[in-house]
Formats: sequence, structure tokens, C-alpha cells
Amino acid sequence: MDFGPYLILASLEGAVTAAVLALTAVGLSLVFGVMRVVNIAHGEFFMLGAVLAWWVTQSIGGHPAIGFGVALVLVPVLVGVVAVLVDMTVLKRIDYDPERTIIATIGILYIIQQVTLMTYGADARPVEPPFNTRLAIPWFEFVDAKPQIYWPWGLSTTSYKLGVIGAAALVLVGVWGLMARTRIGLLMRATQLDREMAMAFGIPVERIYALVFGMGAGLAAMAAVLIVPIQQAHYLMGGDPLLLSFIVVIIGGLGSLPGTVLAAILIGLSDGIISVFFSPTLAKILATLLVALVLVFRPQGLFGVKPT
Amino acid sequence: MSNRAKTAWLHFGVLALLFVLQFVLPAYHHGNLARIMVLASYAIGYNILFGYTGLLSLGHALFFAAGMYGMGMAIHLFEASPAPALIAGLVAGVIVSVAVGYLALRTAGVAFMIVTLMFAQAGYLMILYLGAYTRGDEGVVIQQGERILWGIDLSDPTNRYFAALALFSICLIFTLRLVQAPFGKTLIAIRENEERARMLGYDVFAHKWAAVIMSGTISALAGASYGLLFGYVGATFATVQYSIFPLLWVLLGGAGTVLGPLVGTLFMFYLIDLSSGVTSAYMLIAGVALVLLTLFAPQGLAGEIRARVWRWLP
Repeated sequence: MDFGPYLILASLEGAVTAAVLALTAVGLSLVFGVMRVVNIAHGEFFMLGAVLAWWVTQSIGGHPAIGFGVALVLVPVLVGVVAVLVDMTVLKRIDYDPERTIIATIGILYIIQQVTLMTYGADARPVEPPFNTRLAIPWFEFVDAKPQIYWPWGLSTTSYKLGVIGAAALVLVGVWGLMARTRIGLLMRATQLDREMAMAFGIPVERIYALVFGMGAGLAAMAAVLIVPIQQAHYLMGGDPLLLSFIVVIIGGLGSLPGTVLAAILIGLSDGIISVFFSPTLAKILATLLVALVLVFRPQGLFGVKPT
Repeated sequence: MSNRAKTAWLHFGVLALLFVLQFVLPAYHHGNLARIMVLASYAIGYNILFGYTGLLSLGHALFFAAGMYGMGMAIHLFEASPAPALIAGLVAGVIVSVAVGYLALRTAGVAFMIVTLMFAQAGYLMILYLGAYTRGDEGVVIQQGERILWGIDLSDPTNRYFAALALFSICLIFTLRLVQAPFGKTLIAIRENEERARMLGYDVFAHKWAAVIMSGTISALAGASYGLLFGYVGATFATVQYSIFPLLWVLLGGAGTVLGPLVGTLFMFYLIDLSSGVTSAYMLIAGVALVLLTLFAPQGLAGEIRARVWRWLP
């Protein structure tokens, strides 16, 4: 294959990563934006989503599309409920103190991860995609200085991967609509702007917090359900999404949703492209260093505005 | 008895007790205690930054691994003898902590935690990326013949125990002196109220930077010693888990107390040791402990003792 087809392939893989990453990172960003806390257990909610998706599809059986459809609706709700319980039993009691929340969520990370290990086990398990047609992609070459279309071997994608990108875009539009156009979104934004003032106006801030924390976890779980037919469900799979969403949220500007989506696309695509042409480890080293340096030299993020 | 004398008696008493235990402990616990003392030295290093200066780092594994790999690579690649190798580990720790401190201290609070976490992650990935030299995940075994320091074979359990005790004593006495000195008091002042310390004319950045360097160097020394005493240098020690462990030990034992790190390491080590006999999911204990500690005892064991009984505990 030439360079061109390779690049197309890398960008397609990158686009799938970017789509899933955008969902996960928006969840993290939402929690940070509204509640001003960093949720280290976010990656474990992602993992929980993947594992529960496997469990739901297993127990339903039949055509893969039925189980998958049920999982896509049910799993984010289940994970959201778990997150709400965590919020009410732990985070609320330490009064959302930023540093203690980090320590507590590290603890929750290990609890979720290890309980999964004890119940689900250490195996990686696949989930069958609901639809999976191989789609070949044409490319052109010059024969006697005339462009000619041909189908290079290996240059293909699947309908499912395109479906993931579409579904993620749909959910992101939904989140935006919820935040910008509904009453509950208005309450969330009010809480984000000024917690005390929101409380003074009778907004049930604690309930908003629980809802936002549940929603953030639900988004991570939904991303996991979408990706699990491509990757397998494993109890240690939460580390990478956590790290990458951190990177995205910080580069996009803490708490800014459009910045987060933009950064997810940037990081997802470049991660895909660098991983294909160089080593995936190098891609991750560069990304982590970039985050550290962005935080040191440009704390508002690459796309954020300096707070006045 | 003055408070200072009481403090001296208590801490030297603990060291004397550790010395005597060498002769009475059964082999299994003897080996464990040597390991605990090295890990507690790591926790002591962490405590200088977290407990006394109030800076929560999530990336101390970077310093631990810098010491361990500085030492290990000197032996593995350059066939150095243990003494220069230990110094190489120490130098690696100083260099890394000077650089990380300078950059990370430009941020504060949550951003500081994430920056340190990211630097540590980059360090871990770097070890994997340079697998041709470091042998990545598999790690490097340091042979018995390469572990003879000044004619003392450090792979022998008794020698190893005394080496660990020597390391722990140095670290313990160093912190004790540090927190009684004006410099240590300034660090505590910065922890309690950074603005006020600055108003009083202290150079806050320089103090914090020095604290990062001391904390990182002690952690690196512990890492180098761990590799040398137990004969293994591996990428596991650079993972996030090894950044979380010292936080857990210090929180459990009591942040900002000199003996806290030892108490916390001892308890947590045996808690995990006992539970790993029952289940492979032993990190569950660590998770539950972290949540319970933040909820109910943010001061830790030694902190509770200080709050209730011995108010003079440093």
C-alpha cells in the first residue's frame, strides 16, 4: 500500500477512537465543569459499561442486534445509578472537597475494578456487533499519467465502525441540546456558574450534583457499550480511557464542552495516525507530556479563555 | 521530661525495637519487615511533601523508579558496582525532582496532582518505550554477585535486614531533624497558610521546590535500595499503583507525623498480605481503606493519637 491509503485507514481508526473518546471525555468534563471535582474513577465507569454490556448481551441471547440494543439503553442507566449511589454515600459526605474527592475516587476506582475481577474474572470477552458489513474503500493510482480507481487490498472499514461515529455524534448533539435547551440543563448551568447563588434561588444543588455525576458516568458507559464490539471487555480496560479523557479535557479547557469535543477529535485522530506510523507508546508519551506542559504553561487549555 | 526529650526517646525506642526484632522474628516476617522498612522510607519521602508541605503528588512512582532505574541501569548496562550504582540512582532522583519540581510547582491544587500524574505516566511509558535497554515489563534481575556492597552480601537476609534498618534510620532521623528545624517549621507554615507565609517574607516557591527535591531524593534512594536489596528492577514500580501506595500508607499512618509512614506501611502491608491469601483481588482492600480513611479518619492513626493523647508528637 502507498502512503495515501495508509493515511485513510489511520484516520478512520482515529475517527472511531475520537468518537468514543469524545463521549467519555464529555462525561468527565461535565462532572468537572458543574461539580468542580475530578473523578479518577471515570475510567472504571467506562469499564463497568463494557462488562455490563457483555453480561446483558449474554443473558438475552438471540440476534446480536437485540441484546446490543437493550445494552445500549440499559447499561448507561445502570452505571449512572451506581455513580449516583457513590455520589450520595461518599462524595456528598466529604462535601466535594477537591483533594479529598480525588483520594476517595481513587479508592472507588480500586473497589469497582477489583469487584469486577472477583465476579467477572480476568478474561477478555467479546461482544458481537449488531451489524458488521465490510466496506472496501477505493483509491486511485496513476497509470500512464491517468488517474485510475482501484480497490487496494486491506483498505476497508466496517459498517459498525461508521455506526459508532454516527451514534456518538448523535449523543453529543443530545447532550448539547439537554444543556442548552432544557430546564434541567439551565439548572445545571446555573449551578456551574455560582453554586451559592443557585442554592439561594432554591435550586436543589445536591440533587443536581448527583444527577450530573450519574450522567457523566452514564456517558462513559455508553461510550464503552459502543466500543465493546471492537475491543473486548476486560477488567483493566479503564486505564486508557481515563488517561486519554484527562488529556482531552485539559487540552480542551477544563469544563468547556465544545473545547472538549474539539480536543477529542484532535487527540483521537492524531493518536490513530501516530500509532499507525510510529509506536503507540510514543504517541501516549507525547500526549501525556503535552498535557503536563499545557497545564503548566497554559492552564486554561489550548482552546479555553483566560478567566478574568 | 521536655517534649523534645520525649520525642527523642520515642523515636530511638522504635529504632531499637526494630533492631531487636531482627533476632526474634521468624524468617517470613523477618523478610517482610525488611521490605516494609524500605517501603516506609519511600513513604517518609512522600510525607515530606504531602504531610508537611501540603502538596499532594500523584506521581511519586517517577522518583522511586528514577532511583531504581538509575541504580539498576548502572549495573545492567555499565556493570557498575553497588556503591556507584546507588549514587547513580540518587543523582537520577535529584535531577528528576529538580526538573519536575520546577515545572509542576507553577501549578497548584488539582492541577499539581494531574501534572505529577502525567509526568509519572510519561516516565512509565518511557521505560516501556526504551525496552531495548530496560527490558520493559519483564524487568532486570540483579544477580547475587552484583549485590555485594563493601564485601557485605546484601542478598543474605540478615545483612539485608540491617541495610534496610540503616536506610530507614537515616530517613527517620533526617525527617525528625527537618521538622524540628526552622526550615521544616516554614514548610508547615506554608501548608497551613501559603499567603500568610509569603506575607511574612518567606520565599514560598524556593521552600516548596526544596521540599519536592528532598522528597523526591529520599523516594529515589528508597527505590534504588529496594532494587539492590531485593534484586529486581521492573516497570511495575513506575506504574500509577506505586504512586498511590505511598499516599495510602501516609494517609493511614497519619500525614504530617514522623512515625506515621512506618505505621501506615506496616498495617497496609499486612492487610494486603493477609487478604492476598484469600483472593487475587487484594487491591480491593486498598480501595476500601482509601474511601474509609477520607470519610472517617483523614488524620490517620498517628494523627488520631496526636489529637487525643500525645499532643507533642512531631
